[in-house]
Amino acid sequence: MSILVNKQTRLLVQGFTGSQATMHSEQSIAYGTNIVGGVTPGKGGTTHLDKPVFNSVLEAKEAVDPNAAIIFVPAPFCKDSILEAADAGIELIICITEGVPTIDMLVVKEKIDALGLRLIGPNCPGVITPGEAKLGIMPGDIHLKGSVGIISRSGTLTYEAVKQTTDLGLGQSTCVGIGGDPIPGSSFIDILQLFQEDKETEAIVLVGEIGGSAEEEAADFIAQNVSKPVISYIAGQTAPAGKRMGHAGAIIAGGKGTAEDKIKKLKSCGVHIADNLLEIGNTVKSVLG
Amino acid sequence: MNLHEYQGKQLFAEYGLPVSNNKVIHRAEDAVDACNEIGGDKWVVKAQVHAGGRGKAGGVKLVDTPEEAKQFAEHWLGKQLVTYQTDANGQTVSAILIESCTDIGKELYLSAVIDRSSRKIVFIASSEGGVNIEEVAQNSPEKIIYEPIDPLTGPLPFQARRISKILGLDAAQAKQFGQMLPNFVKLFQEKDLSLLEINPLVIKTDGNLHCLDAKINIDSNALFRQPQLVEMHDPTQEDPKEQEAAKFDLSYVSLDGNIGCMVNGAGLAMGTMDTIKFFGGDPANFLDVGGTATQERVANAFKIILADPKVKVVLVNIFGGIVRCDLIAKGILAAIDEVGVKVPVVVRLEGNNADTGSAIIADSDYEIESLNNLEEAAKRAVELAQ
Repeated sequence: MSILVNKQTRLLVQGFTGSQATMHSEQSIAYGTNIVGGVTPGKGGTTHLDKPVFNSVLEAKEAVDPNAAIIFVPAPFCKDSILEAADAGIELIICITEGVPTIDMLVVKEKIDALGLRLIGPNCPGVITPGEAKLGIMPGDIHLKGSVGIISRSGTLTYEAVKQTTDLGLGQSTCVGIGGDPIPGSSFIDILQLFQEDKETEAIVLVGEIGGSAEEEAADFIAQNVSKPVISYIAGQTAPAGKRMGHAGAIIAGGKGTAEDKIKKLKSCGVHIADNLLEIGNTVKSVLG
Repeated sequence: MNLHEYQGKQLFAEYGLPVSNNKVIHRAEDAVDACNEIGGDKWVVKAQVHAGGRGKAGGVKLVDTPEEAKQFAEHWLGKQLVTYQTDANGQTVSAILIESCTDIGKELYLSAVIDRSSRKIVFIASSEGGVNIEEVAQNSPEKIIYEPIDPLTGPLPFQARRISKILGLDAAQAKQFGQMLPNFVKLFQEKDLSLLEINPLVIKTDGNLHCLDAKINIDSNALFRQPQLVEMHDPTQEDPKEQEAAKFDLSYVSLDGNIGCMVNGAGLAMGTMDTIKFFGGDPANFLDVGGTATQERVANAFKIILADPKVKVVLVNIFGGIVRCDLIAKGILAAIDEVGVKVPVVVRLEGNNADTGSAIIADSDYEIESLNNLEEAAKRAVELAQ
């Protein structure tokens, strides 16, 4: 099984002909991902990487029937691109771009939820199901098909967790980078739910970091709804307080946001904690026995 | 990005929100003219720094003559103001705000933030103003209201009435607040704010609502479409090293330890700091060199890290994703050559072509060690720093 993406995924690349999109699309195709086309307004009718280019997502939808879209357009245009994909009814939209204004995401998230679609990101490495499909910018060759589901707010930290579980021979069912922005399209909870339902996933690694209360909310969800073992590492145990948090922001968090609090909460909800970055793989292994 | 109070009040005035008659001066000799232009016989003079807690630190004063305002400006302009929110160096006073004096009846609290859990702009209001709102939240939570704004409907009149009730406003003031709330929301959305705080929002003795303070933070991701706000940026209020890093598009935070860190990715950078601490060392900084880690970026990162005299060793931790580690290794060597690095450097390369990359580093003539295991690299850096 796996979650979100697999061999049946038919991927559309938005911002297809840009340099980043081109490089990562080449890598995705080499990994075996089925890219059915791309969108660059004004370049419709041409081909790029031997795939058809369309002027709009709707035209692409009618011609090649994608069921997922990945977005590489610059941040000022992401709101438009995400909502264009949503308007065309693309069920899974992954936004890689970093730097999308938060005010844009408030509207985007509301709209995506109202339409019943799924957005991953922005500011994320994407989603990979090892051996099946790679929708993102992660290095494919560190992955191994296996039983651990990985969810993370950070790109390179995900790669660490992947490398460790690969080196121990455990492998991954699917890895999802939900992104490091304040308003992510999908939360830890959304992805935990999918891993809980996935037959192939035997354990879940949740890589969190300081700020906000997504990990605390995930902890409550895990206590109630997740029967599979969850292993967590929280980055930022040595980060100074108040560096990026506004004065009034701290009051909404009501004491939430430090690594210490997150770890305490996760522990109290039955989550296994990897005390340091180097112990993620070993902790999974010892939990799985 | 943060704004000064006077800049925040400029925005308030643009959006029809009531602020005092005021003038901003950057030279003490302009104080007398400013007071005379404002008129009246009492003025409030306020030192402009980004940090809060200015009043207790002596940065706010009520004066009876323009001459006193001038003396205040002479005393503070260009000086460091240390408050409980700054470090021991404080922040440079870059301007003085002179305002007409407000007769205060009652002090209230109003702010708006982006709440990550509800994914909405949330207004926070309390009848307890002018004090530390976190203490109010802790001691008397019943005096605070959190009112979320739906991005599709915008603020609705019933929400203004709900906030007015908590603030204890009378009918006329509630009507006034009902007109102000949509303007606050408009300002927040149009200017891409991440925080708007008025502490205190006051009821004047004549019964009218008035914004006595203005604290505004802006979403840095949105600066591309906020040219007016970019103009308001005051670099003197920020850590010079963080400023320098921002110029090179590197994310840097200075810390107290002696192990310089250069890492690709924010999460891994924090993870690396934690690992150093785990093995008994102290990181000197957080630095995310970015996904590509080119020679230019690495060279700039070295320059910033080494500008900190505390740094005794630099730990470079790169997880080469799409970018090959052999290219990164060459970039690191070229950067060391360019910058002239005098302290020992420990490099950990992992991922794509890591072995070739490590070999390139091991063969170089520099005092630089290559370990492709983070545990060993972190331990070695801690050892070298002692």
